Amino acid sequence: MSALWIALIVLALAAGGYVLGRKRALASVGGNTRHLHSLPSYYGANVAMMAAVPALILLVIWLILQPMVLNRMVAPMIGSVAAGEAGEMSLVMSDVRRVADGLDAAVDQGVLSGAEARDMQSDSTDVRATLSNVGVALGSDVTAETLSAAQRYRALSSTGSLLMTVVVLAVALAGAITATLRTHRDFRARNVVEHGMRVLLIGAACFAILTTLGIVLSLIFNTVKFFNLYPASDYFFGLTWSPSFGGGSSLGILPLLWGTLYISVIALAVAVPIGLFAAIYLSEYATPRIRAFAKPMLEVLAGIPTIVYGLFALLTVGPLLVSVFGEGGFAGVGWMQGGTAVMTAGLVMGIMLIPFVSSLSDDIINAVPQTMRDGSLGLGATKSETVRQVVLPAALPGIVGAILLAASRAIGETMIVVLGAGAAAKLSLNPFEAMTTVTAKIVSQLTGDADFSSPEALVAFALGMTLFVITLGLNIFALWIVRKYREQYE
Amino acid sequence: MNDMRQIERAVDMKQTKITARGVQVYYGDNHAIKDVSVEIADKTVTAFIGPSGCGKSTFLRCLNRMNDTISICRVEGDILIDNEDIYDPRVDPVQLRAKVGMVFQKPNPFPKSIYDNVAYGPKIHGLARNKAELDEIVEKALRRGAIWDEVKDRLNAPGTGLSGGQQQRLCIARAVATEPEVLLMDEPCSALDPIATAQVEELIDELRQSYSVVIVTHSMQQAARVSQKTAFFHLGNLVEYGETGEIFTNPEDPRTESYITGRIG
Ligand SMILES: Nc1ncnc2c1ncn2[C@@H]1O[C@H](COP(=O)(O)OP(=O)(O)OP(=O)(O)O)[C@@H](O)[C@H]1O
Ligand SMILES: [Mg+2]
Repeated sequence: MSALWIALIVLALAAGGYVLGRKRALASVGGNTRHLHSLPSYYGANVAMMAAVPALILLVIWLILQPMVLNRMVAPMIGSVAAGEAGEMSLVMSDVRRVADGLDAAVDQGVLSGAEARDMQSDSTDVRATLSNVGVALGSDVTAETLSAAQRYRALSSTGSLLMTVVVLAVALAGAITATLRTHRDFRARNVVEHGMRVLLIGAACFAILTTLGIVLSLIFNTVKFFNLYPASDYFFGLTWSPSFGGGSSLGILPLLWGTLYISVIALAVAVPIGLFAAIYLSEYATPRIRAFAKPMLEVLAGIPTIVYGLFALLTVGPLLVSVFGEGGFAGVGWMQGGTAVMTAGLVMGIMLIPFVSSLSDDIINAVPQTMRDGSLGLGATKSETVRQVVLPAALPGIVGAILLAASRAIGETMIVVLGAGAAAKLSLNPFEAMTTVTAKIVSQLTGDADFSSPEALVAFALGMTLFVITLGLNIFALWIVRKYREQYE
Repeated sequence: MNDMRQIERAVDMKQTKITARGVQVYYGDNHAIKDVSVEIADKTVTAFIGPSGCGKSTFLRCLNRMNDTISICRVEGDILIDNEDIYDPRVDPVQLRAKVGMVFQKPNPFPKSIYDNVAYGPKIHGLARNKAELDEIVEKALRRGAIWDEVKDRLNAPGTGLSGGQQQRLCIARAVATEPEVLLMDEPCSALDPIATAQVEELIDELRQSYSVVIVTHSMQQAARVSQKTAFFHLGNLVEYGETGEIFTNPEDPRTESYITGRIG
């Protein structure tokens, strides 16, 4: 029986349990709900919870563990593969699973009988042809070893599934029955359900934290692997970035960091003043009608996918800048060689960040109480004096937070850089030159056939880790500023 | 009541500072002030009394055009200060508010230090030529606000860290520091203990020497103690306006009498 069906049956059991629990609770007081400790629906919910939750958790765990256990059990059957090669082993195992799936499909479609699938020999039948008939294409002929492993895999997994069905349904039934038996007028169903809710919420929080932790751990793990292959000092202090998969590449992060920071600074120099002024206009000066129109308009900008901004950089802003600052341009300076440049990406990224800064700042400025403004206006201050001296200082922690968030986004942005700034890793002060960033290089290191044991591919994890540490630092700094000012103001 | 009659005579000689004629205020469709006409004398304390929601604060806010900040609020009629229509397009509301100071119903100190709270107005209007003068202005204002002794050692602490009553006195000091000609006080003592109340009342009495003070209060005793003129508002109407002694001892309108004897409220 498939997992989906099991889950549906468990849920049906839970629904039945709800009705039953409710009925039993009402029966225990002869229909007079006042004598119940909790509302009848709580007794129902309690039974449903006891039926569904443990069973479903068990189901999920089983589904995760079963393939691992099966792999373990089948693996010894494959002797010919060199034992040390973990990568080879997993390739063979995935072949085994594919053959097993193919046999399943063949049985389902009636091409093979169950007995045929079980007893088939690779020398008497062309397994590959049979399986491709049912839509499972295999890369090479199936060896006898693989076939017998696949057959064993099938047998084990069908036993496992049967076992899972029985155990999960038994747990669901047992939960429902115990909960129903416990249902009595004095049973504190409300508290139990409350407790269950809490466990559920804690579970969700833990899940979020654990996945983050997992991601970070895998980053760290691969970063360490990278530093075993490539010296850390060359990575952190190297001034050139020239990866070559043949070996002998220099992987210094400084040119990438420089490009990242340069582009981010230009982006923030565009986004912060414009976004902040727009927010001040919207929240302090605009009439409600203009505001109702302008704020959504500005937020539409935030909904544009960054790849579209990238195209805008490539096709519009770049050529425009070249026509001004390029060879023979209006400015007559000839600083710019091509459309892709730090300036191009920075400007476009700044435009992308404007709505981000303005809508966050607008919310924060609006949260400053009106009485504060009244106090200042009542003393004969003008609107702009009030904004500068009372509203902005009060909103400052939030605004700093908004700016730092925008900075994190600028640092993590990829598409605009790829299309707008070029791919050349360079250390240069000229903002009209092409440069590139950490994120863009992570992409280019991992696209194509990456060999995950070479430093050229693993460096992507080190780069990701570096970015992560920088953004984490920024966020901590933002929190620190917010807290510092909050102490001062509250 | 003898001394009250003396004050009455004094009032008669005072010039009119604020004249309101046929003032109507609407919040959207809500008609909050209905055809109010009143003359407020210079160098006098005028008290506005009346049940909650009758429009005292609304009318007070008309006098320094604070209602301009509420987009749905509409003011009609004439209000003249020193014979100048304050709703005339040529009048700059910012200048007007420097001249007509206000203490709000809820204390609203700025998220700045106590010193900067008080120095805010003088700095904006350039009242001090140097730091020493500014220090002097701040100290004088804090003394007049009856809060100097409590805060003199922590002028750099944030104003928002004071207790509610201290905040209100800080706001009074802040308003006095700009030396307004008219001071509008919206229930300045509602959060104060009796000692601070007495100090603020003393301040009001002192301010009367040079300014015109309008005070909104829910305390009949306070109105009787500090004011020379009293206006009684009810449901947006100005029911009765006259000398304080007269209003409290011999009200003409039955509504006034019921209110001050505690039968409507
Ligand atoms: N900002 C506003 N928007 C809409 N209506 C308002 C606003 N401020 C006051 N009002 C309305 O105007 C009327 C008068 O309010 P106002 O604040 O002037 O009363 P008040 O006499 O000061 O009362 P209190 O003694 O409780 O302070 C009330 O009906 C109130 O609902
Ligand atoms: Mg009021």
